[in-house]
Amino acid sequence: MSTPIIELSSVAKSFRSADGSARSVLEDVNFTLKEGEIVALLGQSGSGKSTMLRIMAGLIPADSGRVMYHDMPIYSAARGISMVFQSFALFPWLTVQKNVELGLEAQGIPVAEREERAQKAIEMIGLSGFEGALPRELSGGMRQRVGIARALVMEPEVLLMDEAFSALDVLTGEQLREDILDLWNKDLIPTKAILVVSHNIEEAVMMADRVLLFSSNPGRVRAELAIELPHPRSVESPIVRSLIDKVYALMSMGAVRSDRFSDKEHKLQLGDRLPETDINRIEGIIDLLADEPFKGRADLPLLAEESELNDNELLEVARALTLLGFAQLTQGDIMITPLGNEYAQAGNAERHEIFGKQLTENVPLVAYIRHGLEQDPSGDLPEDLFIRLLRFTLNEVEAERVLSVAIEWGRYGDLFEYNFNTGVIHLPKDEKNL
Amino acid sequence: MSERNHFFPRQVIEAGGTRWDWALLPMVLALFVLLAYGAGQMNRPYQLGQVLPLTLDPLFLPYYLLRTTLRMFIALGFSMLFACAFAAVTVKYKVAEKILVPLLDILQSIPILGFLSITVTGFIALFPGNLFGVECAAIFAIFTSQAWNMAFSAYQGFRTVPAELTEAANVFQLSGWQRFWRLEMPFAMPNLLWNMMMSMSGGWFFVVASEAISVSNQNIKLPGIGSYIALAIEQKNLHAILYAIITMFIGIILYDQLFFRPLVAWADKFRFEESSSETAQDSWLLTWLNRTSWVSTISNLGGRLLQRTFVLFRRTYDGTSIRSQASVQTSKAERIWDGIITAVAFYALWLLIHFIHSEVGWGEAGHAFVLGLYTLARVVILIIVAAAIWIPIGVWVGMQPRWSSRVQAIAQFLAAFPANLMFPVAVVLIVHFKLNADIWLSPLMILGTQWYLLFNVIAGASTIPTELRYAAQNLGLSGWLRWRRYLLPAIFPSFVTGAITATGGSWNASIVAEYVSWGHTTLKAHGIGSYIAEMTAIGDFPRIALGIGIMCIFVMAFNHFVWRRLYRMAESRLHF
Repeated sequence: MSTPIIELSSVAKSFRSADGSARSVLEDVNFTLKEGEIVALLGQSGSGKSTMLRIMAGLIPADSGRVMYHDMPIYSAARGISMVFQSFALFPWLTVQKNVELGLEAQGIPVAEREERAQKAIEMIGLSGFEGALPRELSGGMRQRVGIARALVMEPEVLLMDEAFSALDVLTGEQLREDILDLWNKDLIPTKAILVVSHNIEEAVMMADRVLLFSSNPGRVRAELAIELPHPRSVESPIVRSLIDKVYALMSMGAVRSDRFSDKEHKLQLGDRLPETDINRIEGIIDLLADEPFKGRADLPLLAEESELNDNELLEVARALTLLGFAQLTQGDIMITPLGNEYAQAGNAERHEIFGKQLTENVPLVAYIRHGLEQDPSGDLPEDLFIRLLRFTLNEVEAERVLSVAIEWGRYGDLFEYNFNTGVIHLPKDEKNL
Repeated sequence: MSERNHFFPRQVIEAGGTRWDWALLPMVLALFVLLAYGAGQMNRPYQLGQVLPLTLDPLFLPYYLLRTTLRMFIALGFSMLFACAFAAVTVKYKVAEKILVPLLDILQSIPILGFLSITVTGFIALFPGNLFGVECAAIFAIFTSQAWNMAFSAYQGFRTVPAELTEAANVFQLSGWQRFWRLEMPFAMPNLLWNMMMSMSGGWFFVVASEAISVSNQNIKLPGIGSYIALAIEQKNLHAILYAIITMFIGIILYDQLFFRPLVAWADKFRFEESSSETAQDSWLLTWLNRTSWVSTISNLGGRLLQRTFVLFRRTYDGTSIRSQASVQTSKAERIWDGIITAVAFYALWLLIHFIHSEVGWGEAGHAFVLGLYTLARVVILIIVAAAIWIPIGVWVGMQPRWSSRVQAIAQFLAAFPANLMFPVAVVLIVHFKLNADIWLSPLMILGTQWYLLFNVIAGASTIPTELRYAAQNLGLSGWLRWRRYLLPAIFPSFVTGAITATGGSWNASIVAEYVSWGHTTLKAHGIGSYIAEMTAIGDFPRIALGIGIMCIFVMAFNHFVWRRLYRMAESRLHF
């Protein structure tokens, strides 16, 4: 049960961006994948969980620390480790059969044996009859089945799944998950361990024997949760429900500032990342929360279901709401504040005003932009200045995203405007003349 | 497909496959015979100054067309090889990428007929006493009109292979060779083929121009359509010119139906977008070939041979082997490499200055520069005029779904038609009406390349989302407002794409268009193109080099400061 297969010890990874500055995505990660277990990695987008999976797959090298596969170092992809991709990564010009045979062909296995093994994998995963089809003829669920068959035909010791179900609709994803668990539980595949990267809390709880929670900026293993429930598990069972709640609570606890370990609210800093959410979502969730049936307090998983957002999206909105002082998070529940209630009742004009006021008080970046504009005689500043500021703490993509969030919020709060063509942020027209 | 072949290991049992076989076999055999005959004719003993037998008898035209086409396809084959090799090397080796990509950008800006002027004597010297040298020079000129473009396309394709597919190739242990054939090549294929077809359109122009070479007061005419035209011009034979135009017309229809369409339709298989929503190109020939069993037998055989090589060139060790350990790249080696490049660049600059100073003189360089400005003015004015004509027409056609694809096919066809065949007609008119050559020769430059503009404007207009069209109607946009706020921004990106191709072609065409003759009358417009053509005719190599260099600088500067900026603007702001 406990023979280690892959071991990571104090692994760190940082990416160098175009201007040469490095940004750390993983720091001091220690992890052992043991025989006979399914492990799930959960975390915000950009928390380095996909990077960790790729390091284990040998696709990207770690900067420091050790990555061992059966006590041997991994330099690039190893034969015993196979992978299923988020976007399927099928070769569109090859038929289903040829796609499944790809790894066997690469090893130079004779045609007859290759065809037989591929046939078996295709049958096992329920693709019989589609051997001659091209991927573009198949639906998303069927495509991912090809992806899984292609990985399983290699008879891998370790199966890595990188958000393998997130590009599918909920029902198809669940179906595929059940199929894989079935193969695993009945020992129909020689695979000895599975690692799943996911942003779906329910998926992680339903599949894994261990759940690892990642914090972001830089990515670290923040908490670990063992799930000692026998398979098959039922989503409806109270134990599973309470586990899902617990993971939600753990995730949202760190959501305000995920690299701190406490429940306490921390003041946001100038260069910090802003939640990945837009005004529409914020408004939608506030209205949903204030109204029936929640009446100001909601269980996060329930709210996720009601709002049809995925876990990550909801947690980002929740983070935005707490940041702006419209709501509070406690133990996996979200509670509206008096100010939030006032906001929900307000008309459009008032909403803009409250929003703007909360922004200047609670979001240092927005306040700082406004301050700069007020001081500047022309009342406008190029966005590059703020991108450069954010680049000290964030990577390029993230810096641009955070600034675009700040701009959207600032526009909504009537604090400043922005010209896309020139890339200049400026004071609203009616204030400029003052 | 392969299952059936297992049951009938020998196709004879099947009584000759399908009925298509019988029709196709003689055609293919005849094609082989023709090709062999044409190729044999290339390898003839030849002395410089010897006049090759050439006749204006229209009966010989099919043969001349064959020779011309053969040159074209040989060049195409080499271009394809070059493009693949270039892409494979640049993507694999960073050091090579650093030099080769900018180098290609420069080579792209060198006028193609300039290559011909410079290389022809070298090639003749390479094969003394044989016609093969001259053939090589002509083929090389066509090669230069296709290779750079295709190499860029392949490079782009190789570089943009989606990250997850590359990762999958790694996870499943594909070796470099396997990855090339299974991933990179198929991924780059549709764009590469489309590009090849487009550059082949230009190729017809140069094949015609390069057959009748006059260098160092020598007139060499290789048998082909181009030489036929040249001879007709010398003898002032308008009928012969008409025959040649008709022959070329037929030749291009054949090329379009037998080569272009089947290939593009076939490449559709490698399209990466996984939905099959877009309508694929149709080709009767491809359908025909696909249904012919011996064709599929041959392609299966090819596939199996390829798989054999996969066994040979596979990755024998995996990521746990010490051999997979990445070699540590030192920044020191990189810096030394950069240093070498800089040193060579400075040395080259010194050589250039020395060359101008001692060989041609600064006055001459200044003169050539002014001539460059004349040609630049022509190119700019012509593009503006062509845009004013073709944008309204193109937009109108593009909005009519029934017409757009048909007119697009015609524009594409016209772009392939070598416009230089029409030059004599223009010259006759100019001479007859005693027009100013400086003005009236100019339109010839854009005669062949304006179609790219039309083609792209139609493409842009036909991809305007239907809902946007309805919205514009609903809001009652009309007149200038409709153009300014809706139509012009909507077609801008595709207009820029078309205009880049059209200007590039016009610069190239200026060498032939600014210096034309009819019998013993020679018309000359002032410009860098006629300068190069004139110097080539007298064989003044330092001045040829000077002219080419100046034109190259103009083209690069224009691309860099105008087109690239417009293109980037279109990319970031004006797309749907």
